[in-house]
Amino acid sequence: MGTRARPGRLRRAFGTLLALALIAGGAQGAILPEDRSDALYHLYTGDEVTVQGPSFLVRKSVGPNVSLSANYYIDFVSSASVDVRATASEYTERRDEQTVSADYLHGKAIVTAAYTRSDESDYTANTASIGISQDFFGDQTTLSMSYARGWDTVRNNADPDFEESVDRQTYRLGLTQILTRNALVSLNFEAITDEGYLNNPYRSVRFVDPTAGRGFSYQQERYPETRTSGAASVRGKYFLPWGASATVGYRWFEDTWGLAAHTGELAYAQSFGEDWTLEANYRYYTQTGADFYSDLFPRRDAQNFLARDKELSAFDSHQFGVGLTYEFFRRQQGTFKRSSVTLLVDQMLFEYGDFRDATDTGAPVGEEDPFSFQATVVQLFFSLWY
Amino acid sequence: MKMRTASLVILAALLASGCAAPQPWVKPYERANLAHPLMSLNPHPVSSPYIRHVHDAREGARGAEGGAGGGCGCN
Repeated sequence: MGTRARPGRLRRAFGTLLALALIAGGAQGAILPEDRSDALYHLYTGDEVTVQGPSFLVRKSVGPNVSLSANYYIDFVSSASVDVRATASEYTERRDEQTVSADYLHGKAIVTAAYTRSDESDYTANTASIGISQDFFGDQTTLSMSYARGWDTVRNNADPDFEESVDRQTYRLGLTQILTRNALVSLNFEAITDEGYLNNPYRSVRFVDPTAGRGFSYQQERYPETRTSGAASVRGKYFLPWGASATVGYRWFEDTWGLAAHTGELAYAQSFGEDWTLEANYRYYTQTGADFYSDLFPRRDAQNFLARDKELSAFDSHQFGVGLTYEFFRRQQGTFKRSSVTLLVDQMLFEYGDFRDATDTGAPVGEEDPFSFQATVVQLFFSLWY
Repeated sequence: MKMRTASLVILAALLASGCAAPQPWVKPYERANLAHPLMSLNPHPVSSPYIRHVHDAREGARGAEGGAGGGCGCN
């Protein structure tokens, strides 16, 4: 099993660090984020799933010490994924998400408070967070930490009486360190604890059933009611003298469900003159399966906990991305300072080790080909600084 | 006993060094390249929460990707 972060110990450590950061406040150093607005169109398509919609992000300072931001985001989902093809029929859905946040600058510290609400027909998620970041050591080091509390309501569109809840606590700790005049490194740690109804009311697992026509039947999935995870990452950025930057990153992850994952990323960005920036990136992700995952259980109720969600199975994924930004307005005076348009396109490949295509009727039960699919992600956004 | 002697030697060495804190070695006027937009840890603030959501909804791992995340509703 994976690491078990202890919420009590985490809370005490967080409190101590928060107190240290507040005590260490001093002269000016930290700066608030720039005033800007972004309008994004996003599109995800893969495995007969299409998710698209807009996102609007507005950030504006109020006086010298406060910056406010608001984000409105929509997903329009149309899904006939392999799970849906195997056990249900195509559906459409809409998810709306709103975030408001406030940053308060005090000396070398920035205190941030945020609230997010996400609404679907059968799921509502709320998250409130509070965090602080503090510059130290001649502003060469920035320490940040935050705490978030989430409370979700899970419903079932096929059963109006069904209503369950999830409580979530998130602890984050981050350190950004300037290493040289061209290099910086960022370290992040995040622990999350969930408690409540963590499975999906619609999802099923399959088990061997000699009496069924195809040799297997389905039953409702069943997850533990608690989950604790820990993730740690390191990311280095290096400035190259020909107007480019290179990024290298790694993330480690483990949870109490027996799932372990590693993520690696490489990115390169190159500016051409003052107007154009080209970027390219590669991300590799690999995970082991959860302890209670199986593609095909030997019988009904084969064990206490049952999962056949491909997110909890062992798999690898590769993501290749390219992006182009064009800056087309720049002014020294006036309300608006500059603007840009950016196109980002990513291609993803998911290859599952032990999740088989249950819609493949040509193979014996449990010997279907491992599932794989490709997805394309497109983001087009306009940004305006003021 | 050996541990105690070693501790005293280390303490004496620290005191002799004056306990001088290390000084920042990259001065503010040497940070022009680090302030370049290409060196931002979050160059596209409207894109990063979106792409995090794309990953969170399809992967078992979560967290430590920098920046504040929100609720997900990915079930």
